[in-house]
Amino acid sequence: MPSSTALYLAIPLACLLGSLITGLLGSRLGNKWSHRIPILGVGVAFALSAGFALPRVLKGLWLNTTLYTWGHVAHVPLVIGFLIDPLTVTMMVVVTFVSLMVHIYTIGYMKDDPGYRRFFSYISLFTFAMLMLVMANNFLQLFFGWEAVGLVSYLLIGFWYTRESAIFANLKAFLVNRVGDFGFVLGIAAIFSVFHSLDYATVFAHAHELGARVFPIAGGVSWRAITVICILLFIGAMGKSAQMPLHVWLPDSMEGPTPISALIHAATMVTAGIFMVARMSPLFELSPVARSVILVVGGSTAFFMALLALVQTDIKRVIAYSTLSQLGYMTVALGASAYAAAIFHLVTHAFFKALLFLAAGSVIIALHHEQDMRKMGGLRRYMPVTFVTTWIGALALAGIPPLAGFFSKDAIIDAVSRSTLPGADYAFATVLAGVFLTAFYTFRMVFMVFYGEPRMDAHARHHLHESPWVVTMPLVLLAIPSVLAGMVLMRPLLFGPFFSGSIFVLPADNALARMAPHFHGVMAFIGASFVSPPLYLALSGMAMAWYMYIYRPTIPALLVKRLHGVYEILCHKYGFDEIYIDGFAAGARALGRFLWKIGDIQLIDGVMVNGTARMIGRLARLGRRLQSGYIYHYAFAVILGLFVLMTFFLHHI
Amino acid sequence: MMATAMGFYKQAALTLAIWLPIVCGMVILGVGRRWPKSVRPLAAIGSVLTFIVTIPLWALFHAQRSVMQFRERVAWIPAFHVNYALGVDGISLPLVLLTSLIGIIVVIAGWQVIKDRVPEYFAAFLIMEGLMIGVFCALDALLFYVFWEAMLIPMFLIIGIWGGPNRVYATIKFFLYTFLGSVLMLVALLYLYFQAGESFNILSYYHLHLGETAQILIFLAFLIAFAVKIPMWPVHTWLPDAHVEAPTGGSVVLAALMLKMGAYGFLRFSLPIVPLASHVLAGFMITLSLIAVVYIGLVALVQEDMKKLIAYSSIAHMGFVTLGIFLFNRFAMDGAIVQMISHGFVSAALFLCVGVLYDRVHSREISAYGGVVNRMPVFAAFMMLFAMANSGLPGTSGFVGEFLVILGAFKVNIWYAFLAATTLVSGAAYTLWMYKRVIFGPVTKPAVAALSDISPRETSFLLVLSMAVLALGIWPFPLLHMMNATIHHLLWRPGVRLMAGAP
Repeated sequence: MPSSTALYLAIPLACLLGSLITGLLGSRLGNKWSHRIPILGVGVAFALSAGFALPRVLKGLWLNTTLYTWGHVAHVPLVIGFLIDPLTVTMMVVVTFVSLMVHIYTIGYMKDDPGYRRFFSYISLFTFAMLMLVMANNFLQLFFGWEAVGLVSYLLIGFWYTRESAIFANLKAFLVNRVGDFGFVLGIAAIFSVFHSLDYATVFAHAHELGARVFPIAGGVSWRAITVICILLFIGAMGKSAQMPLHVWLPDSMEGPTPISALIHAATMVTAGIFMVARMSPLFELSPVARSVILVVGGSTAFFMALLALVQTDIKRVIAYSTLSQLGYMTVALGASAYAAAIFHLVTHAFFKALLFLAAGSVIIALHHEQDMRKMGGLRRYMPVTFVTTWIGALALAGIPPLAGFFSKDAIIDAVSRSTLPGADYAFATVLAGVFLTAFYTFRMVFMVFYGEPRMDAHARHHLHESPWVVTMPLVLLAIPSVLAGMVLMRPLLFGPFFSGSIFVLPADNALARMAPHFHGVMAFIGASFVSPPLYLALSGMAMAWYMYIYRPTIPALLVKRLHGVYEILCHKYGFDEIYIDGFAAGARALGRFLWKIGDIQLIDGVMVNGTARMIGRLARLGRRLQSGYIYHYAFAVILGLFVLMTFFLHHI
Repeated sequence: MMATAMGFYKQAALTLAIWLPIVCGMVILGVGRRWPKSVRPLAAIGSVLTFIVTIPLWALFHAQRSVMQFRERVAWIPAFHVNYALGVDGISLPLVLLTSLIGIIVVIAGWQVIKDRVPEYFAAFLIMEGLMIGVFCALDALLFYVFWEAMLIPMFLIIGIWGGPNRVYATIKFFLYTFLGSVLMLVALLYLYFQAGESFNILSYYHLHLGETAQILIFLAFLIAFAVKIPMWPVHTWLPDAHVEAPTGGSVVLAALMLKMGAYGFLRFSLPIVPLASHVLAGFMITLSLIAVVYIGLVALVQEDMKKLIAYSSIAHMGFVTLGIFLFNRFAMDGAIVQMISHGFVSAALFLCVGVLYDRVHSREISAYGGVVNRMPVFAAFMMLFAMANSGLPGTSGFVGEFLVILGAFKVNIWYAFLAATTLVSGAAYTLWMYKRVIFGPVTKPAVAALSDISPRETSFLLVLSMAVLALGIWPFPLLHMMNATIHHLLWRPGVRLMAGAP
């Protein structure tokens, strides 16, 4: 194995090792070493990603190599291997950086938790799985990583396993994700049935040959293979990246500890679907139908989930719905063929959303695990670092220049406006409306938490203080890229050659290429925003939040009364949970019970098995009666037989 | 010297693997009453020696060759041309290894739990182990039939003597179901005997040219025998009853090994002997398999008894095996066999997990538990792994077979793959919902509050199985490699093209 491959391999393995050591030997190591070892592992992974992998890729040294042959069937090898290209490296740096921050933060956040060591083991394992996912050079390993991150997510949502709500949420998350995986596996099988390979390079190289290839569906109807493949793969992305209608698990995943909400359910794992579609751009480019579907799904998620964030009172749930909405933005970018813009937003979002979650966590521990914003308020005086960093995160999320979110979000909106696919107009309208909503709910949260009169009880207020440095340091370190990432990365990621060869876009669809001539640097981009609607929508959202939650705090209650119907719909989250739980889940159980009681017990066992036994019993009783032992019964039978035989012979001879 | 030993081993390995446990079981029966203390060590020695005997088979097996290896042949009843003929190929060897491994595990599992009729218990298991290895190795039809039927007797006794309260119903149901099935198989074998010029050599049946009607009749006769064993829908209802009443070790053998007999039968008899009928009836077989996957998946969801749930889950997983076999696709076929081995590990582990809980609480009801993780964290971690393997999580053995079968199914028919893939949701739903209700949550029941974590003995067998589950999931290469040539030969035998399409 070349030394460079060994170093790449060291990146995920350092995390795995950290996880295994802590997980298996944690009780002997004690708490201190149980966090030092995983942090060292993730630290090594980050250092190698940023210090070794990134410079190499920037120099044009990509890697596509096999690590080992997982198995071979006939002559088709199924392998585990790495593809290290710009897209991969981007994800690696983001994943390891956010993970490192979350590792450090956890020391403070989980300090007194009895599951301290288990927690570190899990998050290191997660980092390993996520790295294997993004570093894969084939669909098999992609699916490995895909499911492994799902497993860790399941374990972490149910981390506090004695809470009924937590173990309900983790089962729900796993099963909803499995519905997505159902599509994903079929997508992989479809790819395999066409290309006879699971290797990215082979599949992408032959993608254009698909052309008019179709899959027979039923009764002479057949669908274009590429459309079937892309839609099936996207169903997988909808599960993992929580797009409507498979979004229901993400808000509930907030039952997990806050560092997890930051790392897994905001910054990294939930973006796996976005990453996957970007990775599969050579396929998705060939299917405008699939991209139309993506636009509509993404747009709906961006808008309707933002609406839900308006009525949440749990601080983590506000951010969770915001994550859903922002994932919708990324999805819309994918649909508009602006894959690079989706990844750009993925990166900036990872920073500012992790920041917001960790800041929320800082507030939550300061208030002794109170998450209801109605019991917060006025915290800016007590928690200056958290306060300032939250402002930064909020501005970035709301898309205010020159913070990171502004650039990535505006790029998406611009790109969608240039898309001509069916559904693009709808997506454009939703993302534009979403800008206002985002700014509004974000600053609603900021104002409710940090401004106004403190609403917590006297005891809690008495104990208020800023969180320890292990908590605030990650906040500061995440705030820096939340400010700078947009300015620094916009040109290279969107308009430079960075992603070329890694992401494939047909010239006809290339919205970003058409934006490039109008891009004259970051400053000009900011300047241009002053004459376009998004900035004003964001500012009016902020102003509205200020008006309703600081200037006239009586208005929200009034609105709830006026718009009672709308409010109820939003509080019930459009009824998705009811449909799934009372409809599908209960329906499946009812059907199962029917098949069991009627099919198995009554029909198969009752009629067929025991029925046969009973019938044999009855026949036997009949037979027993024939052998009565009375001589005249037998004599009668003999005479009867004689008659029958005689009749037979007389007529036939 | 070395060469002689090797030569001897190659000629006697299978006989050793079959008779070592049987003789050991007989010895236990003989001395067990007089020296009760010797029973457990003897059983352990017998099972470990058997395992050791089978290990070199793997090392010495030529995976590139599709022919039977380690062949032995001695005339048994010359008047009827019956031979004591043994041999293994890439399909039977993994099953032999699985049997000898599970053999050790059931001995450890019964170590302390069984208090009543101890010598008979261990003897029954050892004898059964030898007979099952015999089934997988027999190359003579009559020898096969003898092993096949004889194997039922110890299992019948195990359920009937050490079983639960309703054991009589379960044993009779089990026995009649499986026995009725195999009688028809005997008729088919006798027909083949005469067709092949009075020969019981199974391999000679592969070259018979039978007409379509004869093929279909033979296929159906075999089908009834094999379908009951697997069990396929709708002849599956004996399995949940048998499992519920069987002691833990009995359930382990039943699920891990006995269910494989039926699938093995399809591969050894139906496909190669009556390829035309196998093809003609493939649609029927696929339909039954898919019903097993979907229907049984739903039924498993509503089970309240842990053993019943795992039993139903076994039926659904075996549905994947029969699906893979009758798709006549290379990937699906490989997947089916991997699924057989994987299910051997996973179902054994899950039944052992239920046994661990049952030994402490004496209930199999899901509702009797809740919050077990609070008292048994190590156990909960093991069971999590096995639950995930049962749900087909990549990285565990459960994934490999399902994935390969789905890959193959898509190639044959998109809707087969669609229905098969529903197991991703249903498998996770019934397994993890059970896990949630048993393991997670607060401790509310006094019985759970009194639980203690697993002992070193229990850890040992769960550890062995978890390593097997992970190894097969992370690197199935050795297993796929072992059966490569044999499956190729099975599907591409000269003159008989079984394969439906390209790979």
